[in-house]
Amino acid sequence: MDFQLTEDQEALRDGVRSFCEGRVSIDALRELEKTGFDRELWGELAEMGVFSLRQSEDAGGVGLGSADAVLVFEELGRCLAPGPVTWSHLAADLVDGAATGECVVGGIDLSRTNSDPLLIEHLEHIDALLVLRPDGIERIDPKALSGRAIERPLDPFTPVHEVAELPAGERLGDAEAAARFRLEGAALASGMLLGIAEASQELATDYAKKREQFGRPIGGFQALKHKLADCYTRQELARAAAYAAGATLDDPEVGDVLRAVSTAKVLTGDAAMENARACVQIHGGMGYTWEVPAHYYLKRIWVLENQFGTVGEHAERVAERIAVGD
Amino acid sequence: MDLRYSESDEAFRKELRSWLDSEVPAHGRPPSEHDWPARREYDTAWQRKLYEAGYAGINWPKEFGGRDASLTEQLVYYEEIARANAPYVGVNFVGLLHGGPTLMSEGTPEQREKHIGPIIRGEEVWCQGFSEPSAGSDLAALKTKAELDGDHYVVSGHKIWTSFAQVSDYCELLVRTNPEEKHRGITWLAMPMDLEGIEIRPLPTIVGSSEFSELFLENVRVPVSCRIGKENDGWRVTNVTLSFERGTAFASDIYQLQESLRELTRLAKVLTRDDAVAWEDRTLRRDVGHLAAELDGLWALVKYMVSEAGKTGVPGLTGSCVKLYYTELKQRLGDLSLRLLGRASLSRDDVGGMASETIVYEALQSLSMTIAGGTSQIQRNIISERVLGLPREPR
Ligand SMILES: Cc1cc2nc3c(=O)[nH]c(=O)nc-3n(C[C@H](O)[C@H](O)[C@H](O)COP(=O)(O)OP(=O)(O)OC[C@H]3O[C@@H](n4cnc5c(N)ncnc54)[C@H](O)[C@@H]3O)c2cc1C
Repeated sequence: MDFQLTEDQEALRDGVRSFCEGRVSIDALRELEKTGFDRELWGELAEMGVFSLRQSEDAGGVGLGSADAVLVFEELGRCLAPGPVTWSHLAADLVDGAATGECVVGGIDLSRTNSDPLLIEHLEHIDALLVLRPDGIERIDPKALSGRAIERPLDPFTPVHEVAELPAGERLGDAEAAARFRLEGAALASGMLLGIAEASQELATDYAKKREQFGRPIGGFQALKHKLADCYTRQELARAAAYAAGATLDDPEVGDVLRAVSTAKVLTGDAAMENARACVQIHGGMGYTWEVPAHYYLKRIWVLENQFGTVGEHAERVAERIAVGD
Repeated sequence: MDLRYSESDEAFRKELRSWLDSEVPAHGRPPSEHDWPARREYDTAWQRKLYEAGYAGINWPKEFGGRDASLTEQLVYYEEIARANAPYVGVNFVGLLHGGPTLMSEGTPEQREKHIGPIIRGEEVWCQGFSEPSAGSDLAALKTKAELDGDHYVVSGHKIWTSFAQVSDYCELLVRTNPEEKHRGITWLAMPMDLEGIEIRPLPTIVGSSEFSELFLENVRVPVSCRIGKENDGWRVTNVTLSFERGTAFASDIYQLQESLRELTRLAKVLTRDDAVAWEDRTLRRDVGHLAAELDGLWALVKYMVSEAGKTGVPGLTGSCVKLYYTELKQRLGDLSLRLLGRASLSRDDVGGMASETIVYEALQSLSMTIAGGTSQIQRNIISERVLGLPREPR
């Protein structure tokens, strides 16, 4: 057993991080806030292998595993990479052109019954829409949908349309495929949430070192130090859980895959949410402004919280898993 | 990244499991929490069995009688010890986790010769005399003074919270040898507990037992040969000692909490609340699932930490994160269990066919864990200063 990154994994992570720092900086995001989706960036992400990462080499992909994918999505989370990256990655083998970035694939998860409105993310920018239902996966042509563009989406980088109903689509997979899709989606979303948990902790820590009140850096006040120590601790727990989920997907013999993935979604969801809130608080009045990116983190977390199962749903799933056999 | 144990790890697991399966039941139930001599006997007898079977000192070097197991074998060991519900290290805690390792790195050949074998064989029990009434978190403020008189230190002072003092043979005692210097005026002594001038007054805890005591020391003559390390160098030696305490000291306990959680689900399936089986309550299930996820995450973090130590050679600061999170999680699990027990929680005996005794005990005992071994606040200071680089507290 060696639960550390291999050299290859470190190189992979570092490569994606330096790309993101250069290309998906907060300043670049601010530009995107005005223009919407950036197809060029999408192409570059594709070129880096973000979508073809787990596709087999025979099929033209990179041939890596889920543990590697979690690392990459951690970086995409850190930089708040915009667009339906998870859906497009998961669609690599299902939809032609998804892996190469030529076909931008979005999706909606309807595998649990609820009365949520039908809000479709990135509708204007996608070429295919996947619908996850309890009994399978369907593909719909987004152009066939008409809906109302929501003027003020919660996350400025996740535009949404409200549509009245979804027509029947082309069936791409059965119930088992849908369940698998959702499981892997939850693991990748966990990776992103982990990245956001780290980024918001780091943003808050940096500010706490610089901002002075009462003649000294506010980071010297224990109320803040302890809040930040908790942020760090939650983030490390979330990291262990997210990495374990990836490693368990790759090698199901080392654990219960469902339990590992649900655990990751619960812990990364909590860590991200609490760290992002702490980040707003630690910035004081500045934290409540649009200018400080703390809110971008928080808003993206809400998007991810509602993808592939909420913290509550996954906690219930874990409870079901530990109660079997008793 | 590879979570799979090697074939030799699994072989070790198999061998250990079958040994535990026969020895744990044979060792019987622990004696009453009030009978300290019997508890010493029970704990040390178990230690002796571990030693004879080659499982004592799992991480100790072979030259000191340990097993020198690889890091992954240690993880397997902690998992199996917890799974088998094997006796707790108990009164051997201080010797095995602090005293022995400190001697290995700081003791003279004679001192090692004298103590290390007896500690690992369960013949010698140690306690830790660090804390004083006015030196707790601020340990370096300690006042117990030691003055050199020929080849003895004459020690006078007042120690507190000394666990297992009433059944110990030696005490790792911190004394002040230079009143002018705070940190650089402390010396580390291995004090025999049968010397003239030592008075032990047991202190009842909220659990109702007397796990710790006060030590009153009056002109106790401790031979200079009992000094570990140089005079006035005790603070450095102490930090060596404490680095053994965090790290993996809790590994088995963390794994064991899985069992407490399973007990809780079993309970929830038989208890009724508001005309329904408690387990039907989705909120409860989510709370339980949430705790289970946190426990799994914590165990994954232990694996991460162990792998990290394997790579870098030192236990990292992740140990503080594990201690902080684990101890608070254990308290939340205790709360949830008591709420579920309902009125049965008013009894410290098993009642109504439920394991109230253990549940109430664990819940009460968990309150000590965020205090002992460095409080949660002190762990947070450590993390915020040493990992995040925030300004230091005044010292
Ligand atoms: C079950 C148990 C067994 C023990 N066994 C031993 C033993 O065998 N040998 C031994 O030497 N000691 C032992 N101890 C003592 C233990 O190490 C101390 O209790 C602990 O270090 C805290 O010191 P204190 O009790 O004096 O609390 P204090 O230091 O007085 O702390 C009181 C409160 O103030 C907080 N506080 C203190 N300083 C700060 C700060 N800088 N910032 C923020 N908050 C702060 C603490 O977190 C705590 O909440 C044991 C304690 C327990 C509970």
